[in-house]
Amino acid sequence: MKRLLPHPALSAMLLIVWLLMANTITMGGIVLGGFFALILPKFTQPFWPDRPRMRFGRAFLTYLAIVVFDIVVANFQVARLILFRRNRDLRARWLIVPIELTTPEAITMLAGTISLTPGTVSSDVSADGRYLLVHALDVADDAAEVARIKTRYQARLQRIFV
Amino acid sequence: MSAIADIVIVSLLLLGAGFALIGSWGLVRLPTTMERLHGPTKATTLGLGALLIASVVYFQTRLGIWTAHELLISLFLFITAPISANMIAKVHLHRARTGAANEPIGIAGPPPRPGEKGDWATFEAPKRETPASTANS
Repeated sequence: MKRLLPHPALSAMLLIVWLLMANTITMGGIVLGGFFALILPKFTQPFWPDRPRMRFGRAFLTYLAIVVFDIVVANFQVARLILFRRNRDLRARWLIVPIELTTPEAITMLAGTISLTPGTVSSDVSADGRYLLVHALDVADDAAEVARIKTRYQARLQRIFV
Repeated sequence: MSAIADIVIVSLLLLGAGFALIGSWGLVRLPTTMERLHGPTKATTLGLGALLIASVVYFQTRLGIWTAHELLISLFLFITAPISANMIAKVHLHRARTGAANEPIGIAGPPPRPGEKGDWATFEAPKRETPASTANS
């Protein structure tokens, strides 16, 4: 099983994306998608050495729901900033977020989440991989914003990437 | 039935177009590169999400078919948008430090250094033997 499907999550993802692309569920589509789901992970195996294990359970679904909710709320906040705040009143800041995640995949996911929620863009990671440089458009309290990122996103990612 | 669907579609389209407009307006009026980056990241999330939901509702109510391409579009956007924003930010940091940028550095000023020693990955090669490094293997 491990040799046939070295990366079950990637295989499932490939099959789903293939069926979404075809936009119909037919026997032929499932067979062709299943074929790609079988051989592509096998051929790309050298590209992801020591990948972390992920749990796609309740923690993952909660994380997705929270991120989508935050994207919607933050969109309205940033829209208000753009429309009504004068440039000289913007409190744009650099934030340094200490990373407690231990794999590149998890750090990428945290950085992507920070960039997707409007108002914050993750700009760089430190060379030793322990800090994330985040640019925030308008923050009142730097420490509180960093703490929010840590508890809201990072703590949940730590439970997903085990 | 059809009237309700029309109202839903039109209000979603207006919401999406409105957010795309506000995002573009942000691109024009915010002062420097780092602040401007926040505009486009908005347009691709909620603005585009509303437009894509409108498309799903339209195809379902008007033509009676379910489409899934919108889901794929948002999936690809969610993967690519943060990466392009990250690359723009890194180029901006580099130009700001080497003095190549002929524009003000931004409201937040130059970025602080991480911790006591070391630097950001734009200026210093990634260290091996750290838990986050991809240079290990």
